[in-house]
Amino acid sequence: MIDTALLIAFLASTAGAATPLVVASMGELVTERSGVLNLGMEGMMLVGAVTGFGVTLATGQMWLGLLAAMAAGMAMSLIFGFLVLTLQTNQVATGLALTLFGIGVSAFMGRGFVGQTVERMPQLTFPLLSEMPFVGPLLFRFDGMVYASVALVVLIGWMLARTRLGLVIRAVGESPHSAHAIGFPVIALRYGTVLFGGAMAGLGGAYLSLALTPMWVEGMTAGRGWIALAQVVFATWKPRGVLVGAYLFGGVTVLQFHGQGLGLAIPSEFLSMLPYLATIVVLVIICRNPQTILLNKPMSLGQNFKAD
Amino acid sequence: MSRLEKRPEPSRRMMLASPLIAAAAMLLTGSVLFFFLGQEPLRAFHVYFIKPWTTLYGVGELLLKATPLILCGVGLAIGFRASVANIGADGQLTIGAIAAGAVALYFDQVEAWWVLPLMLAAGALGGMLWAAIPALLRTRFNTSEILVSLMLVYVAYHLLSYLVHGPMRDPDGFNFPQSKMFSESATLPLLVEGLRVNAAFILSLLAAAAAWFFCKHTFAGYRMQVSGMAPAAALYAGFSEPRNVWLAFMVSGALAGVAGVGEVAGPLGQMQPSVSAGYGFAAIIVAYVGRLHPLGVVLSALLMSLLYIGGETAQIELQVPSAITGMFQGLLLFYLLAADLFIHYRFKPRKRHLPAVVGEAA
Repeated sequence: MIDTALLIAFLASTAGAATPLVVASMGELVTERSGVLNLGMEGMMLVGAVTGFGVTLATGQMWLGLLAAMAAGMAMSLIFGFLVLTLQTNQVATGLALTLFGIGVSAFMGRGFVGQTVERMPQLTFPLLSEMPFVGPLLFRFDGMVYASVALVVLIGWMLARTRLGLVIRAVGESPHSAHAIGFPVIALRYGTVLFGGAMAGLGGAYLSLALTPMWVEGMTAGRGWIALAQVVFATWKPRGVLVGAYLFGGVTVLQFHGQGLGLAIPSEFLSMLPYLATIVVLVIICRNPQTILLNKPMSLGQNFKAD
Repeated sequence: MSRLEKRPEPSRRMMLASPLIAAAAMLLTGSVLFFFLGQEPLRAFHVYFIKPWTTLYGVGELLLKATPLILCGVGLAIGFRASVANIGADGQLTIGAIAAGAVALYFDQVEAWWVLPLMLAAGALGGMLWAAIPALLRTRFNTSEILVSLMLVYVAYHLLSYLVHGPMRDPDGFNFPQSKMFSESATLPLLVEGLRVNAAFILSLLAAAAAWFFCKHTFAGYRMQVSGMAPAAALYAGFSEPRNVWLAFMVSGALAGVAGVGEVAGPLGQMQPSVSAGYGFAAIIVAYVGRLHPLGVVLSALLMSLLYIGGETAQIELQVPSAITGMFQGLLLFYLLAADLFIHYRFKPRKRHLPAVVGEAA
C-alpha cells in the first residue's frame, strides 16, 4: 500500500522539479514564437545557476541572486543575439556554441563555490490554508517561484493571444518579411524575445541552485536545458502545454527519489534515466502526427532574416 | 561607419582563412584572460599553447587526445554536411566503450589476437545501435534528431554508471566503481614505447582518409552534400532524405563507438564511471572549425587537443583552473561563426570626399 504522506511528498516535490522547466521553457517559447531557435538553453541555465548562487552567497540576498541570474542569462543570450541577428550566423550551430561556452564559463565561475551552501529559498505559508490537511501541503506550502511560474504561464499566454505585442511577435515568427514590409522592427523585436528567453533561462537555472538543491555542482542542470527545449515542442508552442508537460516531467524526475518508497525495486540509475526516456517518448507521440507540428510551429523558426 | 556588402559569390579565401582568424582571436582572448587572472600573458601563453609541443611526451599526449576528437569529428562532419545534426556522439562513444568493455571482460582469460578486433567491432556496433535510435525516430516519426540524440547521451551515462557500480565492477576492487584492468590482448598496442598514444590514432587517420574519399569521390557523398547545400535541388533530383539520415548516423555512430573503444582499451585500460572528457561535444566544434572537411577535422582536432593538454599544463604550472578549457572551446566556435560572416559579406568603408580634397591640393 502506498503511504498517503509519501504520496503527498511525491506530488509536492513534483512542483519543485517542474518549476525550473516551466520558467525556462516559457522563455524559449517566446523566443521561438518570434522565429528564433536558441539551442543554448543548457548553457544559459548553467550560467544563471552559478551566478544566482554566487551573488546570493556573497550578498546574502536571494532576490539579488535571482536578479543577477536573469542578467547573466540575458548577457549570454545577447552573445547569441548578436551572432544570429546581427551577423546572420546559423542558429543551430550558434546555439550549440552557446551551450558549450556556458558549460565552460559556469565551471570556471563556480570553481570557488563547490562545497558551499546557501539557505534554501523559503517556503511561503498562508494562514489557515497551509494548515489544511492534504490540500495544505499540496497547494499552499511552496516557495514564491512555484506560484510565480504559474503566473508567468498565464501572463505569457495572455500576452501572446490578446495583446498587440503578442500579435507582433507571432507575426514576426510566421513571416518576418511581411512583418518588415508593414513596418515592424523585426530585428529589434527578435533581440527583445531572445533577451527575454535568456532572462528566463537564467532564472530557471538559479532556481536549481537556490531552491531545488541549494548548492553549486558543475553541470548541475543535467540536461534540463534540453528538456526545456523539448517541452516547447510537446506544448506545440502553446503556454498551457508547457505547464502540463513540465509537471509531467517533474513527476518523472522525482520518481527517482521516491522510487523505493513507492515500491519500485529498480536500480536508481534506471530511475534516473526516466526523464530522458520520457522526453523521447513524448516527443515521438507529438511529432508522429506531422500536422500538429506543422499547424503550430512558427513558420520562420530557425531561419534568419535580413532586411534588404 | 562602414557597412557590410554582400559578395557576388562566397569567398573561397575567407572560407579557408576564417578558422585561422577564429583560432587567432581565441588565442588573443586567452592572453587577455590570463592577464586578468594575474598571469604574465606571454608566459601563460607559452605554457598553455607552446609547451605541449616541445617534448616528445607532450606530442604523444596531443595525438592521444586528438584521436577520439578526429573519430567523432569526422563522423559528425559527414552528417553536418547533409544537415543531419547528430549532437549525441558522447552517448554513442559511451555505448561503444560499454560494448567493447563487455567483450574485454567476457574474454578476460583468453589470450588471442582476435579479442581486440572483436572489441572494435562491438564498439562500432554499439555506437551504431545507439545512433540508430535518433535515426529511426527522425525518419519514421519526424522527431528532432538533435533532442533525441542528446537525451540518449544522459541515458548512456546512467547505463555506464549502473554497470561500473554493478555487473562490471571488479569483485576484488575494494568496492571502487570500476572494472578489472583489461588483459594484455584486450589493450590497444602503443605506437611508441613510453608514450600513451596508441593504435587508435592510426585508425582515426584511416577514418579521415576514408571519409575524404567518400565525400569527394562517391555518389552517396555527393548526394549528401547536395542535400545539405540545396535541399530543394536534392528533392527535385529525387535524393532520399531518410537514406542520408541513416547513412550519417550509422557512420558517425560507428566512429564514435570506435572512439570509445580507443579510450577504454587505451589510456584507461578498464571501465570507469566516465570514459569521455566531453569528446563527443568538443567534436561538434572540431567538425565546424575543420570546415566539415575530413582533413580540416584532423587539423582542428589537434588544435582542440592542444586546448585540453594546455589546460592541464596550465593547471599544474600556473594554478589556472582547467575549466577555462571549456570556455576556450566555446569561444573558438563563436569566433569561427562570426568570422564566417566574411565568406558572404565584405566590409565596405563609407565613401569620403577625400579625392576632391586631394585634387585641390594638387
